[in-house]
Amino acid sequence: MSGQTLFQKLWDAHVVHVEDDGTTLLYIDRHLVHEVTSPQAFEGLKLAHRVPRRADAAVAVPDHNVPTTDRSQGITDPVSRLQVETLDANCAEFGITEFRMDDIRQGIVHVIGPEEGLTLPGMTVVCGDSHTSTHGAFGALAFGIGTSEVEHVLATQCLWQKPSKTMLVKVEGTLGKGVTAKDVALAIIGEIGTAGGTGYALEFGGSAIRALTMEGRMTLCNMAIEAGARAGMVAVDQTTIDYVKGRPYAPKGTAWEQAVAWWNTLHSDADARFDRVVELDAAQIEPQVTWGTSPEMVTTINGRVPDPADASSEVKSQDWTRALEYMGLQANTPIAGIAVDKVFIGSCTNSRIEDIREAASVAKGRKVAANVKLAMVVPGSGLVKQQAEAEGLDRIFVEAGFEWREPGCSMCLAMNADRLEPGERCASTSNRNFEGRQGQGGRTHLVSPAMAAAAACAGHFVDVRKL
Amino acid sequence: MQAFTTLDGLVVPLDRANVDTDAIIPKQFLKSIKRAGFGPNLFDEWRYLDHGEPGMDPATRQPNPEFVLNFPRYAGASVLLARDNFGCGSSREHAPWALEDYGIRAIIAPSFADIFYNNCFKNGVLPIMLDAAVVERLFGECAASEGYRLVIDLDRQTVTTPGGEALAFEVDGGRKHRLLNGLDDIGLTLLQADRIKAYEERRRVEAPWLFA
Repeated sequence: MSGQTLFQKLWDAHVVHVEDDGTTLLYIDRHLVHEVTSPQAFEGLKLAHRVPRRADAAVAVPDHNVPTTDRSQGITDPVSRLQVETLDANCAEFGITEFRMDDIRQGIVHVIGPEEGLTLPGMTVVCGDSHTSTHGAFGALAFGIGTSEVEHVLATQCLWQKPSKTMLVKVEGTLGKGVTAKDVALAIIGEIGTAGGTGYALEFGGSAIRALTMEGRMTLCNMAIEAGARAGMVAVDQTTIDYVKGRPYAPKGTAWEQAVAWWNTLHSDADARFDRVVELDAAQIEPQVTWGTSPEMVTTINGRVPDPADASSEVKSQDWTRALEYMGLQANTPIAGIAVDKVFIGSCTNSRIEDIREAASVAKGRKVAANVKLAMVVPGSGLVKQQAEAEGLDRIFVEAGFEWREPGCSMCLAMNADRLEPGERCASTSNRNFEGRQGQGGRTHLVSPAMAAAAACAGHFVDVRKL
Repeated sequence: MQAFTTLDGLVVPLDRANVDTDAIIPKQFLKSIKRAGFGPNLFDEWRYLDHGEPGMDPATRQPNPEFVLNFPRYAGASVLLARDNFGCGSSREHAPWALEDYGIRAIIAPSFADIFYNNCFKNGVLPIMLDAAVVERLFGECAASEGYRLVIDLDRQTVTTPGGEALAFEVDGGRKHRLLNGLDDIGLTLLQADRIKAYEERRRVEAPWLFA
């Protein structure tokens, strides 16, 4: 009999009950809640006269609707304000811990979970948000759910699930200078496609993944959903444990020792069998830039916008044609040289301290180009912002002409006031280049923080390795 | 939840792959704290020429005559014919809410994104996977014949074409049962309360830090 995958170990540890057909009642350890996907769940709970089974397992934070500019006046949009106030009221009513908008710990839900030690190895973590896959970086089973399941978890602390298939994405070798976890994520999606991971839980392994920091691993797992996989994960190692140690909600004392002993077993066994294995050579990965309206529409900084005539099928050719039309691009245009109007550095993909440092190292001593209307840096949490300011990174950005903002989801999905105008082109460190994602008619190109900062200073996409 | 048993519905074809949930219901409408009323904003950015914001009266909007949902021949459609990876992207359940509110009760595609697929079953909407070649053929039939309808029978797991051909589809047994009967998931899970409690008691000993 072969050994177990990390996924199987995490799954087995959380089985409450299995039905005859394999449908499993899975226990959920951590439930992260935000303002957009929870109001109808709390309403449903109240209508049925139910209460949360374990209010202590849930933690809430407003992030999607919060302004990234001066917050002293609160939220001006009354619809956004009501949604955040509804979260505040629901958390108060049901005794759920919430980091409110004026709390230094407030930030993007997928940044604050790990930062506070709310996300721990071995946990099942869910949130009404597809980027919950981020937390898999800790050797956790983490996936996004809809509002009905948010209500289900609140009421029962469990979910009905069937086991996913498993895919090992192995990246061996050393990443080149200027090549980051974001580039690895986009290269993987380019390889397997946006639906390549559908039905699978992805495990990222290999020496290049082992060498990543926790911030890098979170970036990678965050993008698992863009490959269609609800969950992405990385095995626990010393990097994981060092990151978790001392975090406010991490175990202490003997509980810590006991936890670490278990966490150290959270890796796929050497003889574990996966349903699919994909291998990439780290040394071959170059800085990536998307050119279309799906994350799989990606090439390297030295590549060109593809020609729909070269697509592998008629359906794909039509998709490419439509994407190029929406993006306002001509086939065969070199990526380096495409001018940008706005630059967004932030989101649950790339707003952690390491991302901010990476962008700052490029911005240092440079100026935002005259053709760039707005270059903004939105830290992932109040604590990331504080740390960056302690390191003087905010001053580097401001001197270079970037705006330094308050934490939140911001222009990743433009639910607050931060958005693209029709036709504007943006170098963005976020995760989705869908039509209208950053504002109706907006044109998004996904890149790493270093590549975004480089584009801001050059006024167009440029190979950060050549600066 | 409303049950789904059989449906004899007009089919509307949406001929593009990777339709994401941002397209199905754009973000500005996610600010609502209600479950209902998303139908008028289904595919808002494709369906209207003017920019939509919450609270606008649909009667004052400018429909995009080029968008398939606005073709008079598809008015009243309840079956959406779609391409690969339908519903990719965000986990927003507002997507099936919008589809259902508009009147779509079944979606036929070669493949669906996982979270969206799951969300449909919670809202009385049946996502049906058929082979890409079959879907391709249905697109052709639908285009060729105005008023094209399909009959869907969840119990028998068939989609029947106007020509009388019954196409079989797969659906998970538990999901089928709940959808056929319109059952509330939470109520069913709470029947397992003793098992949940027993798990928690065992886990509290094995991993006490999870209950701190």
